[in-house]
Amino acid sequence: MAPKLDTAQMQRYWTKTSTLMWTIFALWIVFSFVLPLFAVQLNTVRFLGFPLGFYMAAQGSLLAFVVLCVWNAIAQNKIDEEFGVQED
Amino acid sequence: MADSKAAGGGFYGNLGKIYGGYAGGFIVFTLILAVLEQMGVPNKIIGYCFVILTIGVYAYIGILSRTMDLSEYYVAGRKVPALYNGMATGADWMSAASFISMAGGIYLGGFNALGYVLGWTGGYVLVGILLAPYLRKFGQFTVPDFLGTRYEGNGARLCGVLVLFCASFTYIVAQCFGIGIITSRFLGIPFEVAIFVGLLGILVCSMLGGMRAVTWTQVAQYIILIIAYLVPVVWLSTKLYGIPIPELTYGHALDQIAQLETKLGVVKHFTDAFTDAKGLFSWTEFNNFWALVLCLMIGTASLPHILMRYFTTPSVREARTSVAWSIFFIFLLYFTAPAYAAFAKLEVYQNVIGQPIASLPAWVQNWSQVGGLLTIKDANSDGILQLSEFVINQDIIVLSMPEIAGLPYVVSGLVAAGGLAAALSTADGLLLAIANALSHDVYYKMIDPKATTARRLLVARGLLVGVALIAAAVASTRPSGIIQMVAWAFSLAAAGLFAPLVLGIWWKRTTKIGAITGMLSGFGICLFYLVMTRYWPAEFKAMFGTDLWWGIRNISSAVFGLPVAFIVTYVVSLMTPEPSKEMQNFVDSIRTPGGAVAPHAA
Repeated sequence: MAPKLDTAQMQRYWTKTSTLMWTIFALWIVFSFVLPLFAVQLNTVRFLGFPLGFYMAAQGSLLAFVVLCVWNAIAQNKIDEEFGVQED
Repeated sequence: MADSKAAGGGFYGNLGKIYGGYAGGFIVFTLILAVLEQMGVPNKIIGYCFVILTIGVYAYIGILSRTMDLSEYYVAGRKVPALYNGMATGADWMSAASFISMAGGIYLGGFNALGYVLGWTGGYVLVGILLAPYLRKFGQFTVPDFLGTRYEGNGARLCGVLVLFCASFTYIVAQCFGIGIITSRFLGIPFEVAIFVGLLGILVCSMLGGMRAVTWTQVAQYIILIIAYLVPVVWLSTKLYGIPIPELTYGHALDQIAQLETKLGVVKHFTDAFTDAKGLFSWTEFNNFWALVLCLMIGTASLPHILMRYFTTPSVREARTSVAWSIFFIFLLYFTAPAYAAFAKLEVYQNVIGQPIASLPAWVQNWSQVGGLLTIKDANSDGILQLSEFVINQDIIVLSMPEIAGLPYVVSGLVAAGGLAAALSTADGLLLAIANALSHDVYYKMIDPKATTARRLLVARGLLVGVALIAAAVASTRPSGIIQMVAWAFSLAAAGLFAPLVLGIWWKRTTKIGAITGMLSGFGICLFYLVMTRYWPAEFKAMFGTDLWWGIRNISSAVFGLPVAFIVTYVVSLMTPEPSKEMQNFVDSIRTPGGAVAPHAA
């Protein structure tokens, strides 16, 4: 069983975890709201034969979501191992 | 393990072989039917084969997975590997709304309907970073369990059950509706009867084996639904452009649609963002777009039938990985849906509009018979079908597209099997979420804590059947369209559950009273807006000034409920005494994957 962290360690662990969370959260906002809401402007650009605004809302942002989830899993596992709080 | 499925660890060791063989078997089965069709076997028989054989397989898995063990029944013994939990979540997630209606919504709404595509994928980012690993660490049976523990007592637990029930029940009614459409069309029986036939399909999967049976059936259903969704689109992409990757080729289709729109005089262009019916930019559409995306995403991270899937993984680490697998499997369908819509639109513009009505193929007849979902009226009596004379409901576009595009009937049967898999799997997950909350949280935790295992399982199964029957009965009254009902469910869950779940983990200062008042006020506002806008007579609405607040449609009701829930929880928490030291230790202990969960009172 993983050793229990003292208060200071716990605080550092949680700061790191929170930083990761807020970083991904901010990117989530970009791909969910910022880019799609500029679709009218983006639509004037063409990308792979699509109007870019349509492409982002239909494919681009979705791809970004998958990447964000994979990134979260990998990065958080690293943080857990760094502090020795991973499961056995 | 007392039964064959898990005997000797063989099942878990051979998952890849078992499901690989199963997928291969399904493809062979489809090919055999394709050959039979060419040999002249009538369409009706092919439809029967797809519907009955797939339900038969699910029932078989359901019966093999029967269990009398509580942990198996509620959380599949917490033995589901990340990859398979990802597939099961995919099937649990993608319902009749995603499979049957979403591409139809895009067909009708163009860009504005892409809010569904975004909203139903991005929520997994929130599930992964905010909730799933922590709820897995907590490690109980249900979502209200977490609320009851973190907010010390049955008050919060009961509020959780209330929200869960309202959201999941609305959702399941929509699924029964979808099941009714498919079984009625492909078995040729009346809609009201078809719903109850489909219900048997739901119950055989979940009743005997609970979560364990539902999990392994859902994996099987995912495989069928993804094959069924991709085949017609890949086929059309190859037929039209010679490249079997629809996601790349439908850019061309969009160009052709734009040209045909000009020719046919359509003013609202397919790819134009935030346009109203006249084709002009509209702030109302703009606001409704982000509001819907927000509600669907937050709803994703609040719906108990999804969150409880992450209770079934062997570890916190696997729960996290499983979120990534889930969104990948879901992504496969969602980034194909706009292609489905574009191809359907192109086929209709090119090959249906402008044809003599008398010479329209048989599918028009067949679909017109399913409860007014397709109408063709020769308004100007010229015998030629005009665009305005062809009214198709969004709920049948995916199902009828293979026939519209002139693909062999076997593809229609395949799509029907896929739609059925999508609707059944989600209905099973929801039914289990409701029945588990009632049997575990209400009956066991609140009414009879001394109940024996046998009795608890009996109650759980009784409730399962009861809820399923009521849902089917409500669905047979055709309360609304599938996608609207599902969006309401998301809003209700988002407004009621998101704030207490997230703050419970991420803000130690959240107090019991804060959470309860926040939940009730957020959920209350959302429910009020929904009921007011939908059911109140006009004179009554006048008392509140306007019909819609800032023009926001009621499918995004949570846009009002969410901020209220957060603000009330925050303010009331600060006004009430800080949670105890034990509670703070408990929160710390669920924040780290390793170690034991700190002792807690409830």
